[in-house]
Amino acid sequence: MPDGPGLELIRGEIERDCPGAVLATSYDRHQAALLADPARVLEVLRWLRDAPGQRYDFLSSLHVADYLPNEPRFGVHYELINRDRVERVRVKAMLVDPGDDQLPEIDSCVELFPTADAQEREAYDFFGIVFRGHPNLTRILMPDDYVGWPQRRDFPVGGEPVTFTYSEQRFD
Amino acid sequence: MTDAAVSTDPLGLNEDRTKEVMTVNVGPHHPATHGVLRLVVDLEGEIVRELRPVIGYVHTGIEKSCEDKSYWKVIPFVERMDYVSFFFQMEAYCGAVERLIDLEIPPRAKYLRTLFLELNRIHSHLVWLGTTALDLGAISMLWYCFRERDKILDLFEMATGQRMHTRYFQVGGVIEDIPLGFERKCRAFAEEMPVRVGQYQDLLDRNEVFLSRTKGTGIVSRERLLELGVTGPLLRAAGEPWDLRKAFDYLVYPELDFKIPVGTVGDNYDRYRVRVAEMVESSKIVLQCLDALPEGPFIADDRKYVLPPRSELSTSMESLIHHFKLVTEGYRVEPGEVYYAIEGPRGELGCYVLADGSAKPARVHFRDPSFVNLQAFRDMALDGYVADMIASLGMLDPILGGVDR
Repeated sequence: MPDGPGLELIRGEIERDCPGAVLATSYDRHQAALLADPARVLEVLRWLRDAPGQRYDFLSSLHVADYLPNEPRFGVHYELINRDRVERVRVKAMLVDPGDDQLPEIDSCVELFPTADAQEREAYDFFGIVFRGHPNLTRILMPDDYVGWPQRRDFPVGGEPVTFTYSEQRFD
Repeated sequence: MTDAAVSTDPLGLNEDRTKEVMTVNVGPHHPATHGVLRLVVDLEGEIVRELRPVIGYVHTGIEKSCEDKSYWKVIPFVERMDYVSFFFQMEAYCGAVERLIDLEIPPRAKYLRTLFLELNRIHSHLVWLGTTALDLGAISMLWYCFRERDKILDLFEMATGQRMHTRYFQVGGVIEDIPLGFERKCRAFAEEMPVRVGQYQDLLDRNEVFLSRTKGTGIVSRERLLELGVTGPLLRAAGEPWDLRKAFDYLVYPELDFKIPVGTVGDNYDRYRVRVAEMVESSKIVLQCLDALPEGPFIADDRKYVLPPRSELSTSMESLIHHFKLVTEGYRVEPGEVYYAIEGPRGELGCYVLADGSAKPARVHFRDPSFVNLQAFRDMALDGYVADMIASLGMLDPILGGVDR
């Protein structure tokens, strides 16, 4: 992990090359995170991957968390590893829930990190986050005809009626 | 001469069909898919031209269910994701929660955890070796591997009471100390294991069928594997010495002496060699843990997070109150988020936990290595024979419970 000052140095260098792309930093429980502007998250990721002296070129995990009732609600997390310096940094982009059955959107990073393919599909499947430019954004773990975004915090546990032989008439 | 010439081959029986592409469905219920994995394969003759894995058949919504349980009740849930490496799931989750609440675990617990993780790694690799060799036609390997696997399960049963899904790791340490006689049995096993691995190698390393089916098949370059996010033995077989046990500091791995086996070509044979060598290294780690096992408590002494000892409940009112609070509501965790990754038998096993201040996690996410590694399967199998595809799938070693969660 870069320590607190190391994180600020990285932020300063990104600020020089792409001003305004990083909104804030956080260093909590020994974990470094950069809060990126969701519209420019690819710039940040590309800089971390390609800038000389950085090489955060391994995306170990992409996942989404629902921060309901906070706004902006959805956080897309990119866990990057620099294998030379053996450091991890998290890039986080917060997305607002547009409401009215609209889905939040963010650029897909499959071009930069092919490993994100399945993980972005998983995020779409469970949170309904649309990754613009993803080659095949379909459901991956839930059935193709499933309706709803089950990992959202306002999706009830047990909301799926389970039909047994004796209970069929109760769920018609 | 009329136009109605009689065809010499009215049914098209002599037509050359070797260039025709046929779509074949493999699975989801097929012993060679190591779970309920479905593969939609486009075949040209016997050559794989396109491959689409279809997953989700054992998706049980474990991550969602975890959001409805207090922190300590999540542990048995996450164990059941990747059902072959249950100790690793527990360690990833407990480690993440310990980092959230900033709880230091005592040295004896660290050693015990490392010990059981490495026994579990051997167990996982034995299941892999037995089933994969079975896929490749070496039926006897399954019996030999499961013989040793059973000894590991006996050890688990002796220490934890359960053979699988032991719920042994707790937030703060482990649930109870190892019993008398465990050390002797465990040491005997760990000393025997390298000999057994040598016997497996004697059976397979000069087996003509095994060699011709693994050597030179399923090659994916190291650069491509890194792009695809592949970790674990698959990546090391391609020559990249990346192992989180060495790279990051967790449990007692910095104090132990072990090697990281790496391959050269990155074919299926290298994957086999790397895993087999890892079993020997893991048994060395087990012995070192037994030698260096320090005396002292096996679980942290923080009554806000850790259950008080059973004996205190009848004498101490405070212990009874703490016990009651922990068992009914659980403990509350200050808002925050942690991603904690460890080296599982298949690669980087990461656990992300988001706390919102309540007694239940707001999100538990597992970065499962099988799920990510499965993306490399298309690269392994493309433009090879169907038989090599089955060999590559075995060497990929996906556990579908972990893929689907």
